[in-house]
Amino acid sequence: MARRPRVSRREFLSISAAVGGGLLLGFELPAPPPSSFSPNAFIRIDRDGRVTLIMHKVEMGQGTYTSMSMLLAEELEVDLGDVRLEHAPPDDARYAEPLFGVQETGGSTSVRGNWEPLRRAGASARSLLVAAAAATWSVDPASCHAAGGKVIHAPTNRTLGYGALVDKAATLRVRGRVPLKDPKDFRLIGTPAKRVDAPGKVDGTAQFGIDVRLPDMKVATLAACPVFGGKLASVDDAKAKAIPGVRQIVRLEDAVAVVADHMWAAKQGLAALDIRWDEGPNAGLGTADIVRALAEASQRPGVVARAEGDVAGAMAGAAQKIEAVYELPFLAHATLEPVNCTVHVRPDGCDLWLGTQVPTFTQTAAAKLTGLPRGQVRVHNHLLGGGFGRRLEVDFVVRAVQIAKQVSGPVKVVWTREEDIQHDMYRPYYYDRIAAGLDAGGKPVAWTHRVAGSSILARVSSELFPKNLRVIRALGLHQLMASIKGLDTDAVEGAVEPPYELPNIRVEYVRQEPPGIPTAFWRGVGPTHSIFVVESFIDELAAAARRDPVAYRRALLDRSPRAKAVLDLAAEKAGWEQPLAPRGGRGVALLHAFGSYIAQVAEVAVSPQGDVRVTRVVCAVDCGTIVNPDTVQAQMEGGIVFGVTGALFGEITIKGGRVEQHNFNDYRMLRINEAPVIEVHLVPSTEAPGGVGEPGTSCVMPAVANAIFAATGKRIRKLPVKDQLRVVS
Amino acid sequence: MITLRVNGTPHTVDVPPDMPVLWVLRDVIGLTGTKFGCGMALCGACTVHLDGRPIRSCVTPVSAATGKSITTIEAVGETSSGKRAQQAWLDVEVVQCGYCQSGQIMAAAALLAAKPHPTDADIDAAMAGNICRCGTYSRIRAAIKRAAAG
Repeated sequence: MARRPRVSRREFLSISAAVGGGLLLGFELPAPPPSSFSPNAFIRIDRDGRVTLIMHKVEMGQGTYTSMSMLLAEELEVDLGDVRLEHAPPDDARYAEPLFGVQETGGSTSVRGNWEPLRRAGASARSLLVAAAAATWSVDPASCHAAGGKVIHAPTNRTLGYGALVDKAATLRVRGRVPLKDPKDFRLIGTPAKRVDAPGKVDGTAQFGIDVRLPDMKVATLAACPVFGGKLASVDDAKAKAIPGVRQIVRLEDAVAVVADHMWAAKQGLAALDIRWDEGPNAGLGTADIVRALAEASQRPGVVARAEGDVAGAMAGAAQKIEAVYELPFLAHATLEPVNCTVHVRPDGCDLWLGTQVPTFTQTAAAKLTGLPRGQVRVHNHLLGGGFGRRLEVDFVVRAVQIAKQVSGPVKVVWTREEDIQHDMYRPYYYDRIAAGLDAGGKPVAWTHRVAGSSILARVSSELFPKNLRVIRALGLHQLMASIKGLDTDAVEGAVEPPYELPNIRVEYVRQEPPGIPTAFWRGVGPTHSIFVVESFIDELAAAARRDPVAYRRALLDRSPRAKAVLDLAAEKAGWEQPLAPRGGRGVALLHAFGSYIAQVAEVAVSPQGDVRVTRVVCAVDCGTIVNPDTVQAQMEGGIVFGVTGALFGEITIKGGRVEQHNFNDYRMLRINEAPVIEVHLVPSTEAPGGVGEPGTSCVMPAVANAIFAATGKRIRKLPVKDQLRVVS
Repeated sequence: MITLRVNGTPHTVDVPPDMPVLWVLRDVIGLTGTKFGCGMALCGACTVHLDGRPIRSCVTPVSAATGKSITTIEAVGETSSGKRAQQAWLDVEVVQCGYCQSGQIMAAAALLAAKPHPTDADIDAAMAGNICRCGTYSRIRAAIKRAAAG
């Protein structure tokens, strides 16, 4: 394996000084020194030959700092061990995700969206360095080549390091399109590179947003009204103010924060407050009310996402009709680093220190609240202690800035785990009606699927669409039209185009918002619900047709060879035909989303008392061209654990307008003693790269549910599994 | 005033005796490698060693550590088992977001010090208190075994 790149001293390694001597940090935005070559937004080469790659994607565990570096370094012809990394500042014009039009890390897009642009950025820079060397030697650039951070003229055996070429290269311009390498010449892409962020994460020096320490910084923690939509009525802070270390109580419209010298005093202060809330219109709200509204909504015709063939006629003529209702719960993200944001508001500027998936949204939110121009709001991004969609939102930035506006000096606002669970923005509750007609041979001849649930895209679009041409260009006319007619393309992704041959199909979406409860993307986004419904239902059809679940799927995949290939590979590696112990079961699921094809076989063991244990998951992945195979494997392993956690335990419930869960005792995570053995098999491919951060999560949930059916005969139509199989004694 | 020995260095801190060790380390002494995850000893992110034994620093009052020796992730590499665990973590490429890994490595180092050749059941027992939201459990298990072998 290659050497690991060094991470920028400026942004990362300076923490070692803070750790060693309690020294406090002052952060500087990276500014290129004048004596450097910066041919584009991603590369800077100094006269001393130091190569710096500017990371517009954020590292939240998915390995993107390594894969983005590999794309640049491959074409720039530098070794990974010889580059430094810096977080990019907020700047949509330079750093927007090509697939979204805004600077954002999410949706399993980084490699898909940057596969070509970053290689091109590396290639352009390299061609200028080669041209500079050729001009220096007065030789034909075609007789030179670059390798290992040097330009080489083989006929005369001369070399010049990139550092020596900086000044001349900076005066040159790229003419036309620089050709990219033939994939057969890749020396980094496709090899298991070591993660660039690993060393700091095993010795405690890695700096997450929550680790920021600044001179005269205070620490705050807060309580928002526990009922969604409620307000602060009054607060008696006499006892809190008496606690040593408590400095200030900050009142917001719907929350109270305690500002203190350290988190312990802040927590003690919060506990000592006597707060009265005006609970507002949602004080009587419960999960059952939300589900009832969704069930009613699912009876209404929705916006058509896809309609092909004569569904009604085919259904009427079917030999057998199968119908089902599927329900998926609200889910919290529960990133292990609780939500936090450090802010310093001054009359002439505002600084924010945090880990965020959306640096420009963060900057805009702070600019609005402070009334400062965006250019005076500086965002210092950090490593994220988990993202999963939680840090795509700026609700916690808004709260932190509101508090900081009332505090003199910098304040680090840290949410308790309880606040983090109870005031997350949740994966929506979905209520799906699905039906199919089978012919005499058991094949589906008609398929209807109606998705009812909250529209995250509608909320996000309303914040973005009308004013941002870049976003419209990136998402395309199709997305714009869908948005205008009220279709949430995310909510139905995975439902609209299952990989199977379904000749007569109708898919609809009904938007139904839960009162007061904020919803947001969660690892796996739309497919994390749609794939569960489609793959569980296909399994129902196989059972109704009395066919083997793998064979049944396989027969419907003649037009999707990549899907068929991963299904076959997963079944073979899992030993699909091999017998299992009594009360054991094997279930399969197939996914085509995020540009990738995945099949998984899950094995479960169900105890006589009804406890479910997922013992093994075999995963076959065709994600097109692979940049870092170890990352693909790691993302599948982690995605599977994330999905098994959700399938078995994940559930946020509402009572009295408030979330009933508090911490990891009642919002359970899978633990090492409960984790399945996971085997990942990668399919070699030269297709365009697909995403890998999310599909593992979406695929495993139905695989587990189908395995439970195989083991017990009980069909899981509602997640989580929790105690649905528990035997009442 | 309370005097603590952290990573071999004495620190005198002016904090209430019931203040958890976690916040003394992070917010007073400035050792931020030890992480806050739950505040209730449910996730293990805050694990440090007290006289070599793993404790959840988020629920351990600083008064309980007076006169004892605290080791954190920043210095666990100076112990044999800690050094082997850190190296194995790199070799196996365990980390993802990395936020829980300080606590995981502290728990693993304590396990390896007590049981140089842990079984799967030993690993389950020692590590089940440490949540990894990214789901790196299979690599954590592999890294502990590698550290034991090396």
